[in-house]
Amino acid sequence: MTMPSPFASSISSAPNPQPRHRLPNRAGLGLKSQHFAEILATRPNLGFFEIHAENYLVAGGPFHHYLRRIRDHYPLSIHGVGLSIGADEPLDIAHLDRLAALLDRYQPQSFSEHLAWSTNNGQFFNDLLPLPYNLPTLTRVCDHLDQAQNHLQRRILLENPATYVEFAASTMDEATFITEIVHRTGCGLLLDVNNAYVSGVNHHRDPRASIAALPLAAVGEIHLAGFAEDQDATGAKLLIDTHGAPIAAAVWNLYAFALERLGPTPTLIERDNHIPALAVLLAEAQCAERWLGYAQQDRAV
Amino acid sequence: MSDQRLFAAALLNPDVPCPDGLTAWNDSDPTRRFAVYRNNVIVSLIDALADTFPVTQELVGEEFFRAMAGVFVRQAPPTSAQLVEYGEGLPTFITQFEPASTVPYLADVARLEMLRIRAFHAADADPLTPEQITQALADPTRLPLLQVGCHPSLNVLNSRYAIVSLWAAHQGIGDLASVNPALPEIALVIRVGLEVQVIALPPGGDVLIAGFAAGLPLGEAAGLAIATHPDFDLTAHLALLLRCGALSSFSLPTEVPS
Repeated sequence: MTMPSPFASSISSAPNPQPRHRLPNRAGLGLKSQHFAEILATRPNLGFFEIHAENYLVAGGPFHHYLRRIRDHYPLSIHGVGLSIGADEPLDIAHLDRLAALLDRYQPQSFSEHLAWSTNNGQFFNDLLPLPYNLPTLTRVCDHLDQAQNHLQRRILLENPATYVEFAASTMDEATFITEIVHRTGCGLLLDVNNAYVSGVNHHRDPRASIAALPLAAVGEIHLAGFAEDQDATGAKLLIDTHGAPIAAAVWNLYAFALERLGPTPTLIERDNHIPALAVLLAEAQCAERWLGYAQQDRAV
Repeated sequence: MSDQRLFAAALLNPDVPCPDGLTAWNDSDPTRRFAVYRNNVIVSLIDALADTFPVTQELVGEEFFRAMAGVFVRQAPPTSAQLVEYGEGLPTFITQFEPASTVPYLADVARLEMLRIRAFHAADADPLTPEQITQALADPTRLPLLQVGCHPSLNVLNSRYAIVSLWAAHQGIGDLASVNPALPEIALVIRVGLEVQVIALPPGGDVLIAGFAAGLPLGEAAGLAIATHPDFDLTAHLALLLRCGALSSFSLPTEVPS
């Protein structure tokens, strides 16, 4: 039904040994401008840094000044938050061109985006909005991913979403939808363990079963973050993916579960709000590295 | 209208009901769940504006600023995922936002803060070196023909209000109580190295720089400044601009061989 994707072959093959094409199986941190100077001065022992692409689509100044220097010392992941792959409108070609220029400039080991939409009718909503899981949306998402992967000439890791509503129009569950996308487009997966947990609670699903049902061989990176707690109209727990708090114990446990199935996998500590001192984030990264160490030992046994 | 168009309309307008077709496992009213998206959109965009306009916020207080920014966000959501550009429209919005009319200089302070963001992310360029300056100034007879290139981060804001002093007082420079907001000031905004600076320009400086930007040679640009400000001191202005690295190129028209 769909054309074979030029990126499909990379799924079944062994991970590329060239570090240029892969993040190390270590913990990384989201790069925040508050920490630029300290990172350069102290060079913390970390696997990689990740940036939000849209913050760096600027001509010059301190963001590029620091990123260029930090890139000299660390592997880099670029994470897009504005491509709107799930939109029911054509992708923004100018935005793709700007992303291509940024990827060309920094040669990151990984580029990822979201299973979500964030634009409509020329407006940008700065949030990752949900879509129903059915055949028309599947076709659209796959067309957009094919287009983006061809335009950027690289495999994209697609992130599973944190959602607060479901759709009457959905005809398949999220894991089936994502599995089909990976199959059709050859994209990789960014497994956001916090999102899996948040969506699990919000939709009364077992997050372990949701993760186990994903095509885990395609996972190229993991995200860990903190959430906030709210309630729905009946008083049931509703978790909000805020990236504004430490990683919860339940999410660490789910991470350990995921690593048992995945083996060591590059893991990002995400904090975008209430950003604490670098040392606080480094401690969370160290915690992830301990879990990665256990996963490595399990592999060796 | 597409489902996403309806979803988007309800995000921005609290009077539009939550879209049809949303469900929850426990059959709870989806309006409460949809409100999470509404809140994420509005609050994150207000936060983005608060980051860009900290002094504007201090001038009116956080509560007033966030209420005003909320009206702006619903009226003019971003048109691009590059949020550093969001807020270009806020100063003009402020001039039409009636409750802000008691702070007449608010819009110009917001304009100044937007220029600071633009300068922060503007293209890089080296300022003139002392050698280049010495060389260009060596032949006074050619000076009027000199083409002056400004640093890409440079912008000028001519205000009826004391925007430089007001802004500086909010950085802990000078005493806010002693600032008379009604005194006109011209702000030069420029990134020097990695830092954005806000400098008060003497009268006529804006005319001189506008002349450079229009491609006029030094003699003509200075002539315009003198015409509007008879006591305009070109030497002092050039010294100030060179000192803060505002000029990045000098060139003379190539000579036609005779």
